[in-house]
Formats: sequence, C-alpha cells, structure tokens
Amino acid sequence: MDKKDLKKRTVTTPDGKKIEVDPMKDYFSQAKPKIHKPGKTVFEKFLDWARAESLWILGFGTGCGAIEMRPLMTPRFDAFRYGIQWRPTPRQSNVFVIAGYLSVKTLKRVIRSYEQMQGPKYVVALGSCTINGGMYWDSYNTINRLDYYLPVDIYIAGCMPRPESLLAGFEELKKLIKQGKGEGANIYAEKFDWYKNNQKQIIKDWDMPDYNW
Amino acid sequence: MIDFQPVKILYALFSIFIIFNIGLLIQGIVRKIGARVGKRYGIRFYQPYIDLIKNYSLRTSITHGIMFYLGPVFRLTGGLGVFLFIPIIFGSVYFQNFSFSGDIILVLYFIFFGALGMALGAGEGGHPYSAIGVSRGLAQVTAAEIPLVIAIMGIAIQYQTFSVSEIVAAQQGGIANWTMITNPLLTILGMVAYLGSMMRSPFDVVLAPQEIPIGPPTEYHSTFLGILQTNRSIFPMAKTVLFVNIFFGGATNWFILIIKIFLIYMWSVFVAVVFPRFRVDQSIRWFYKYALPLGAVVIFITTLLF
Repeated sequence: MDKKDLKKRTVTTPDGKKIEVDPMKDYFSQAKPKIHKPGKTVFEKFLDWARAESLWILGFGTGCGAIEMRPLMTPRFDAFRYGIQWRPTPRQSNVFVIAGYLSVKTLKRVIRSYEQMQGPKYVVALGSCTINGGMYWDSYNTINRLDYYLPVDIYIAGCMPRPESLLAGFEELKKLIKQGKGEGANIYAEKFDWYKNNQKQIIKDWDMPDYNW
Repeated sequence: MIDFQPVKILYALFSIFIIFNIGLLIQGIVRKIGARVGKRYGIRFYQPYIDLIKNYSLRTSITHGIMFYLGPVFRLTGGLGVFLFIPIIFGSVYFQNFSFSGDIILVLYFIFFGALGMALGAGEGGHPYSAIGVSRGLAQVTAAEIPLVIAIMGIAIQYQTFSVSEIVAAQQGGIANWTMITNPLLTILGMVAYLGSMMRSPFDVVLAPQEIPIGPPTEYHSTFLGILQTNRSIFPMAKTVLFVNIFFGGATNWFILIIKIFLIYMWSVFVAVVFPRFRVDQSIRWFYKYALPLGAVVIFITTLLF
C-alpha cells in the first residue's frame, strides 16, 4: 500500500456519489488491546495444558536464526512429536519465534504480525542478538533488546543455538505455560503505552495505526 | 405419513459424536502414518484433539462482519447435513439418522452447501489468498461434482430408487452384490469424484500450501477455526459413509463401518502420496477431460444393462 493511500480523502464511486474515505479508521481498529484475566480453576489448568501441547509457530523467519528452525521439521529433530507445528498465517499461530537479529524494518512487520495473533500468545527470542544485540550490538539498523518492544516469554541464548537448544527452549516454554506464566498478551495489553513509546522511538516513519488488532 | 420420533434426535447426536471421534482419530493416524513413511515419529495420534481444544480455548477473537461469523457455521451445517440424512448402520433401528426416500438428492445439495457458505465468509475476511482459494474451491467442487452426480444418477438407474437405505438393502448378501462388483465402472467414476472433494493432492488446489498458504481459512482463528476443524473431521467422514453405503455394500455394524471408512479414506491418501499437486487449470481440466467422458460412457452402459 502506498503512503498516500492511507490519507483521508474524498473519492467518487462508480455510480457518481462522492464519499469520504479514511483508511486508517475504516480498515484498522484503533481499539487498545484488553486484558483477559486467566481463570484460576482446574479447567483453566486443563486449557493451559492444551495450549502448551499445541504450539503453532508463525512461519516468519525474521533473521539468520530462522535457518535453525528448518531442521526441526526434518526426521532428525522432528518437532511435530512435541506438538509443535507451523502455520502460514499470524491469525492461527500462538508462538512467534524472533530468529536472531531484528532489523528496524523487520520490527515494523513483527509488531503488526504479533498484534494480529490471538491471545494467549508467546514470544520466543532466539539467539544472542535478541538479548543484547550480539554481534550486531553497534549496528545502525538493528535493535539490541527485544523485550523493550515485545513481551518475551523465553530466551534461547547462543549464536546460533542449535536445533536441540530450540527444542529444549520449547520444552521450557511448555512448562511456563502449564504453570500459567505464559501471559505475554496480558503484559503487552497492561504496559501498552510503554511498549508503543519504545516502538515509536525506533520506527521513525510510523505510518500504521497504533493497534492492528 | 410423517413418521418422526423425538428419540431419533438423541440417536443422531450420538452417531455424530462417534463419527466426530472417528474423523479426528483417522486424521491423526493418517498424519502419523505419513510421518513414519518419511522416517519421522510425527505428531501424536491424539494431537488433533489437543489442537481443537486449544483453538476453542483461545481468549481473543476478532470479526470482519456477519458473513465472517456465518461462514464456519454454514460449513459445519453442510458437513452435519450430509451426515444427518445418510443411514449409518444397515438394519439398526438406532443409527438410521433422518434418512427418507429421497435422501440422496438432499445429500448432494448439502455437499455443495458448505463450499458456498465458506465462499461468503472467507470473502468478507478480505485476505487476497482467501478470495483466490474460494474461487478455486468453487470451480473445483463444481468440476468434481459433475462425475459425482453422474455416479449417483447411475446408482439411481441401477437400483431404481433415490433412497440410500434401499440401495444398501439391494447390496446385501455378500460381496458379489456390491455395486463395486456389479457395476465397477460406476464405482471408478464415484471414487474419482471422491478424490476431487478430499482436499488432498493431486486435487489440492484450494488449500495449496506451497502457493496460497491455506487459502480460504487464512483469516479464521480461535473458535472460528475450531468450528472449521470440527467440520474437517465430520464432513469427509460423512462423504465416506455415503460412499460405503452406495458402492461398498453399507455396513451392518460399527466395526465393519470403521474398517470400510478407513480403507476408502486411505484411497485418497495413497493417491495423494503418489501424485504431485495439479495446478488449478490442470485439475479442473482433468475432471472435464477424463471424468466427464467416463461418466457419459458409464451412464450409457448402466442404462443398457439395468
């Protein structure tokens, strides 16, 4: 979409009527995310178990670490036996794997994709670059600390971590979810202004709505 | 005279429950077999259950409008509608569902109904892949529906009835009486049409994972996706039960039914692992070029013989 298409303007419809179009309002929701308090019943425990045993990863390779996710689908590592599957669309995914360095340009897409995912949702940060910038710590174009911009559930350190570490990381994430600690979506909603402020400091040409569902 | 007993509703709900579980288990087992063929361990066979619970238990969902809501509902209605009007177990008082003398015509309508509902819903989702997937889906369903309708017309000519119960009754008394043996060409035609609606390669143009990742349900999530998944376990099973009934002699108990369902389902799986995916034009052309002439020949032979 071109930037001028996002501006408010008047257009003529095929039958000659003039209507006002405001894409930012018409196409996107400006509503802030809400906090969905988790229940404290045994049933919620059961649901948490189901959420942990069915991790659907968003197939979005954000950095060089994405190469370490591919072997997980192969016979050697086979993550499917742990209930880990890949989905092609953010709407159906629960786990966002930030694979390695995150450039400012990608951060914008990451935020949009993360906000389109449905809660409860989890972020797995892969590689040293997501912790302190790693070997890109003084790069002009990458972010250094991921958890300024998105609520991270689990870090997998290394440069690059091997697929085994990824599997171990997913097992840890499962434990967290089963303990009811995978509340990243609620944390994001709670500290929404803080996260937005941090994101806007990095992304200079902010041309999207504040919240993309 | 309308012969309706309220208790039939309970039996129908019970048979839906059974077929739903059979559907989920077969999904899991087939994926497991696929993985073992590729020397992987693969998913746990009960993974479809967990995925379903997970999807129903997500806390947030967003909507794009009324049709977006109704799309999955229509889809599920299509699946249940096919199932509810087919007699399940021959000779059983309990598992006849709501079959009546013209049920096979109604079932044909219901097979198409889900695709139309999905078209409306996915269209409102607004994702380009949904629109592409839906237009492909409707073209494909139409192309595959023609051989199916011809096959069912052939069945009606052969047995002189539109009632599935009577068709099954005519096939009782051993394998020699099955349509598979008495009219093999018609069975081949039916099984070709079956491939076209099972969303497996080579006719996997709707979801087309390598091209328009998952197509129509791109925007569907949480409960919406849960409903679609529920339908994915009921609808193929309902179609398979229909094929068991009209081509393979029906079933006199659940054990035989499950074995027949599994074998017929595996037919689509075997074809899928042998043949790579068609492009959309190839797949639709294939139905018009080979299945349709075969249908014309088969209906001619059937009319001559019976």
